[in-house]
Formats: sequence, structure tokens, C-alpha cells
Amino acid sequence: MNGIVAYGAYLPYYRLDRKAIGEALGSGGGKGTRVVASYDEDTTSMGVEAARAALRGAPKPAPAAIYFATSYPAYLDKTNATAIHAALALDESAAAYDMLGSIRSAAGALRAAMDAGRPTLAVVSDIRTGLPGGADEREGGDAAAAFLLAAGDADSPVLAEPVGAASVTAEFLERWRVPGEPASRQWEERFGEHAYGPLAEAAITTALKQAGVTGSEIAAVIVAGPHGRANKRAAAAVGAKPTALGDDLTGSVGNTGAAHAGLLLADALDRANADDLVMVVSLADGCDVTIWRATAALARHRQRVPVAEQVKAGGKVAYATFLTWRGFLRREPPRRPDPQAPAAPPAFRAEAWKFGFTGSRCQACGTRHLPPTRVCLKCRAVDRMTPERMADVPATIATYTVDRLAYSLSPPVVVGVLDFEGGGRFTCELTDVDPAAVKIGNRVEMTFRRLMTAHDVHNYFWKARPLRGASST
Amino acid sequence: MASNGIRDRVAIVGMGCTGFGERWDKSVSDLLVESSQDALNSANVPVDAVDAFWLGTLFSGQSGLTLSRPLKLAYKPVSRLENYCATGSEAFRNACYAVACGAYDMAMAIGVEKLKDSGISGLPSIGAPEDGTRAGLTAPATFSLLAPAYCKKYGVDEGTFKEAMTRIAWKNHKNGALNPRAQFRKEVAKDVIACSPQVAGALGIFDCSGVSDGSAAAIIVRAEDAYKYTDRPLFVKALSFIAGPATGPIDPDYDYTTFPEVVASATDAYAQAGIKDPRAELAMAEVHDCFTPTELVLMEDLGFASRGTAWKEVLNGTFDLEGELAVNPDGGLKSFGHPIGASGLRMLFEAWLQLRGEAGKRQIASVARGRKLALTHNLGGAPGECVSFVSVVGSERS
Repeated sequence: MNGIVAYGAYLPYYRLDRKAIGEALGSGGGKGTRVVASYDEDTTSMGVEAARAALRGAPKPAPAAIYFATSYPAYLDKTNATAIHAALALDESAAAYDMLGSIRSAAGALRAAMDAGRPTLAVVSDIRTGLPGGADEREGGDAAAAFLLAAGDADSPVLAEPVGAASVTAEFLERWRVPGEPASRQWEERFGEHAYGPLAEAAITTALKQAGVTGSEIAAVIVAGPHGRANKRAAAAVGAKPTALGDDLTGSVGNTGAAHAGLLLADALDRANADDLVMVVSLADGCDVTIWRATAALARHRQRVPVAEQVKAGGKVAYATFLTWRGFLRREPPRRPDPQAPAAPPAFRAEAWKFGFTGSRCQACGTRHLPPTRVCLKCRAVDRMTPERMADVPATIATYTVDRLAYSLSPPVVVGVLDFEGGGRFTCELTDVDPAAVKIGNRVEMTFRRLMTAHDVHNYFWKARPLRGASST
Repeated sequence: MASNGIRDRVAIVGMGCTGFGERWDKSVSDLLVESSQDALNSANVPVDAVDAFWLGTLFSGQSGLTLSRPLKLAYKPVSRLENYCATGSEAFRNACYAVACGAYDMAMAIGVEKLKDSGISGLPSIGAPEDGTRAGLTAPATFSLLAPAYCKKYGVDEGTFKEAMTRIAWKNHKNGALNPRAQFRKEVAKDVIACSPQVAGALGIFDCSGVSDGSAAAIIVRAEDAYKYTDRPLFVKALSFIAGPATGPIDPDYDYTTFPEVVASATDAYAQAGIKDPRAELAMAEVHDCFTPTELVLMEDLGFASRGTAWKEVLNGTFDLEGELAVNPDGGLKSFGHPIGASGLRMLFEAWLQLRGEAGKRQIASVARGRKLALTHNLGGAPGECVSFVSVVGSERS
């Protein structure tokens, strides 16, 4: 089986205070916060961010395939993983497959990557909510994680190897949603607890036996799934030490559905010591258990911005804004022309720019161009350009403005004129910012977003956001 | 570059201009009939005397049929052209060349726009299929980038710059209040302007020109034929049109304090017209005040004020109607709105009135004292990626 040679997690910037729900509706809501994907994010764009986090830094084996799993895809009928493939600028020979529709899809994607005979990237992503005032709205969260599974080598060693894996499947109606419905439905909670119990015990037992260890030897136990009480029972069934049961992030982040097991695994890998055993129990329509052993190489290859740091960061979003972004509050639009959908032929020609943020550099004089062009802006040489990917190059705000007239799902639009490190200038939207806090000289990084949807066509491109991570200041 | 000009080779012998505003009751055809009739009557010629037509419009019609259909032209050449906000001026420029080269004896340049039929705030979008990566910035947002850049470069306090912006809007509304053809004909107090709802950056609503409908037209003949039609023709001294390489937004060396295209077109126009000191030689200038900071920067790009000083000159009243050089004496885009195809010709119409002493309450005193030249300017696009037009017309041949 492949081991994990790289991993990354992505938490969106916005946080909803759960008590704001109760304040607005007179009931519902609760304690703590939940993470909210911005109006310009979807499961595909978050998947890109998690995958970039995993692949950044030291060179890694090129993925020969991507598996993308979510219960809330941006498109049906059209593959979503191809957009992630394009955003990562993978070679055309790499495959891109969706595994869609349910929380368990994520366990399937990770298992397929483990079993693959070639480097494979598993990307798990989800946006979770429910009808206003309900438990799913309150308890849900939005996030993504990505894992590169490969055989490992000197440059890209295995960080966590699978030492035990087990799967138990049963058919029962616990949670479901018919396509097109805005929220999922559940059977009576006690039924789910009854159905999941034996499945969890069976899978945990088999995995421990395969790994040749007892529950008390597990350093970190992760249980993720849609049924909170069943999760607690399964965790207790492991027989691990109390210190092995950490924060499952449901209080600060929420239950991120298909992304949650991956998010918690990434969080564990952020801290695990060499030889620690991490057990991941995914309890959804059955039970999938994997026991990972962290290697000595992990400490030198952790993701740049740990989950804990991402949890601590972030800004507030008001409940009414949250409802608007999730489509529950249909707001009065401005008296502006309807936004245009991107046309397929121009988007196809511009794939490397639009999805991969790849500009060009003039080989005659070295000037960078965003977007790519054929005639150099400085020396006017014709067709002397080579492609240059700019997605991971940080930039500085040269000037900016706040546009209160432009169409936006969340006005006002903040636009920055960006000067890139090493050359190149581009003007684009800033996101995850408070307009009042933007200053000339601020450092930003590019982020992949869904600008808007027009005539049922999603328009993907890049925006800039303040640099993430303490190391960025 | 060989831009030889056609100084004193052609003259305007008649002009017409409709009222600009929310002309709900007038169609594109109505506006074209009215401005063309006014121009023809002004030159005292019938429509069949005109040999060729140049129609400028961006959104309000395609093909020369947009003009030939309502005017029932008798099988004449009609070009329909567009060059963003310099569309009307572009129609004029091309008509002048056609007459100067001898292909036609009499040409009409006519511009029209009906923006109010769209039903939206601001400008409609221009619709070729795209890949979705172009920033959806509005025009006010792009021009709002001028203000912080100018303040930073010249060490001007942002509050003072805002005062200068406000003064420009105040001046133009004050002039427009004297103009029966303007959309807005009331003076507006400075504190109303300064506190108007924010649109983009430092720009409030009153820092932005409005959206309106209108049309204007000019009749052009060879200079030697001019006096057959009027005893006070306007001779064309210079026509300059520059399309920049649009590299400003992608070039770290562009600093958002100037329009290089305007500098280039002004230099070219002054060379064609033989102007050495525009502020001392011009009686007036109609410039493209799409937004107040734009007019401020144009004062420097057109050579009316040295770099970094336009804000002072504005606050001192240098460009007021009674000032040293009247800028936008008719009220500008601010008072007329900006029916894109018509604006360039509306500017020439004010030059026509002023240099002939027909501007009534707006009459500039320096004309009677001997200044015989007027400048019109349009720019289209955005800072760093625009087109610029400059014309110079005069009441006498040199």
C-alpha cells in the first residue's frame, strides 16, 4: 500500500458565532463557532487550496491521478476534479476522477489512493449546512484536506504508513438527501446509534488485529462521521488511553462531512511524533478504519500552516450574510447588468491562465506578463514568451480601491493592483479582507476561487488574500 | 512618427446639439433627426448637399443604416464607428480627413447615444464572449485609483485632494446651470458634493458624470469653401488620436498619476496646431471629466499645469469660467451626462458657440480679448489602458 508522502488542510476564513443563530431566530443556535465557506468558494475551490497546501514546498512525485470526494459537488455530469487538475497544472497524462455524493466517498477516495500502484492525490472537501434553525446548520462546517499517497523515496519520504486497515459495510437508512433538496434528512437518532455500534466495533477490532496492536497503544484516535453519539461510542470502543482522544473540532469548526476525517488526520499529523499510531475511524454508511504510523520524516515535512493555526485565525460573518451565501436568503440585486458566464472556447484556450494562473515571461528581456501574451510589453519582441506559473508567487499591494457599484454576491468589491515578487503586475479582487484594513504595502498570496455563477456556469479564477500563517508577517 | 496634420485645410460651417438628459420620449432616430437638422439649418444647406456621413455610437446601433434609415439618405456613404468614449470625436476626425483629401466636398460628423433605454445604473457591459478572468471593475473604480496615487507621489493630503475634486464638480455644475442644453442645470453646494454616497474609493456620486441620452452633429467643408456657408467658420488646427498599448495595469512602472496616451495626443495636437503655451493661447478647453480626479490629472497631462500642481490651480480658480483658462465652460460631462457617441461633438459645439461669441451667459471674456483657439479632449478606457483624442479649432486661418 502507498503511504502518505504529503498532506494539507484548508479552512475557509469566515466563522459564524452559533449564538447568532439563536439571536436571529429566537431558537436554535448554540455555543462556539462553525467555519463558513465564503460566497466565492465551493467544494472544488477549497479542494484546490488543500491540494496546493499538500503539494507546496519540496518537490513531490507528480500525482498520476486525483480522486476528488465531496457530498456537495459544484457540478453533476461534468467532472469537478478536472478543475483541480488544471489549477495544480498537472500533466495531461494524470487522471482526474470524482467520487461524489456522500460522506463515505471521502473514505473511498483515500482508500483508492492507498491501494493505487502509482502516486495518487486524494482530495476531500465539503460544505455542510441544513435548514435554518436546525442541527445540521449549527453543527456543520466547511473544509477540505488533501493527501498524496505514494511509495516514498529519498526526496519524498513516507510521513505516515498504513499499518492496519479495515472496512465494514451495511445498507441502512440513517441520513440521506435527494438531489436538489436543500437539506438532508435523518431517521430517529437512536436508530443510527444502534446501527453503527456493531459496525464500528467490527472494523476497529479487525484493524487493530491487522496492525498487531491494542487500543491502548494508539496515540491519537480520530472518529468522524455524521452521527455524533455513534462517534462517541465508537471512540470509547477503541480502548485507547484518555489522552488519545483529542479535540474533534466540532466546537470551533463544525462537522465538515466528507472532509472531516481528513481534516482531523491532518491536524494529528501536524503534531504526531515519530512512531505514533494514529487511528482514523470514518463512520458513515458503514465503517472504514485506517491505522497510520507516523515516521521520523514527518517532523521535517509538516504542512506549512497547521490546522490549529487556521482554526485560530479567521473573521466573523453575520448570520444573515451566511444565509445569503448558502442560498437561503434571496437578496435584492443591484440595478446592474447580469454577470456574463465565461464562454467555453475562450476558457478552453486560456486554461493555463484561468485555472493555473500561468502567465508568460519574455525570453528577450525577462519581463513577466499576467495574463500571458505574445508581444512583450517592454521590448515588443513577438513570440519570445515561455509560460510561467505565478500561483505560488507572493505579491505586494501597490494600490487598491473599494468598488461599491460592481456586481458582487457580497459587496463591496475590493480590488488590488498587485506587484509580484520577482516582477509582474496584475489587478484582481482581494478576498477574505475587511475593506477598512487594506493598506498599500500589504503582502498577499493568490487563492483559487469561484468568482460567481451565471446561467448555471461556474466562473473559476484567482483572487488575492492576505498571506496565511504566522511566518507570513 | 509622421503625424502631419491637416491644419487649416477643413472648417466646421454648421453645428447642432440636442438637449442632453433622460430623453424617454425620444428614440435614437429622433435624436439623429434633430441634431442633424440643427446642423444643416446652422449651415443653411439641405441634407442632400452632404456627400458623406460619419456616425459615432457605441451602444445605440450598428451599421450606417442607423443613420441612413431615419434620415432617408439618398444613397450616400455612411460609416458607423466606435472608439470607446472618444467615439464622437473619432467620427469628427474621420470626416475631416475625408474632406481634406478631396474625396468629398461636404461631410457630416454625427454622434448619438441612448444610454437610458438600458434600465441599469452605470454603463452596460460590452459583450464579446470571454474566458471570465477579466476583473469586473466599474469605471468609477478604475479611475478612483488616481487619487491615492497622486497624493502619494506629490505629497498632497488626501483631504485636500478631495477638496480639489469637489471644487471641480462644483465648477462644472455652476457652468451647467447656465446651459439650456445640459441635463443638470442647478448649482450644487460643495458640502453636498463632498458628502454624497460613496461609489468607489474616494469618489462619491457627485464625483461621477451621469448617464444620459443626446446627439450632436457638425458639417465640414474645405477651408477655402467655408465662407460660402457662414461668416464665422471654425478652422480645424489639429486632430490627434492615440490608442495606448494598454500595458498600464500590467506594468509595475505605471504609477496611476498620468494618462500617457493623453500626453502623447496633446503633444501631437500642439505640434500640428503650432501651440507652444496652451494655457496662454487657448480661450477654453473641453476635457473628459468622466470623474473629478480625471479632470484634475488631465490639467497636467494637457500641459495646463505643471506636475503636482493641478490641485492648487483648481482650488485657486484658474480653470473657472472667469479664470485664466476656462475648462468645461459648458458644464462638462458632469452637467451633460455622457451619451458616449455624442460627447465629443457636444464639446466641439461649445467651442463653436464660444469662438463665435454665441455662448450668452457663459461667454468667455478672453475670446473678445483676442484668444481664438479652443481645445476638445476625450479619453476612453481606464487609467493605463486608454485611447485619447485632442482637437484644436480656431476662428481664423493661421
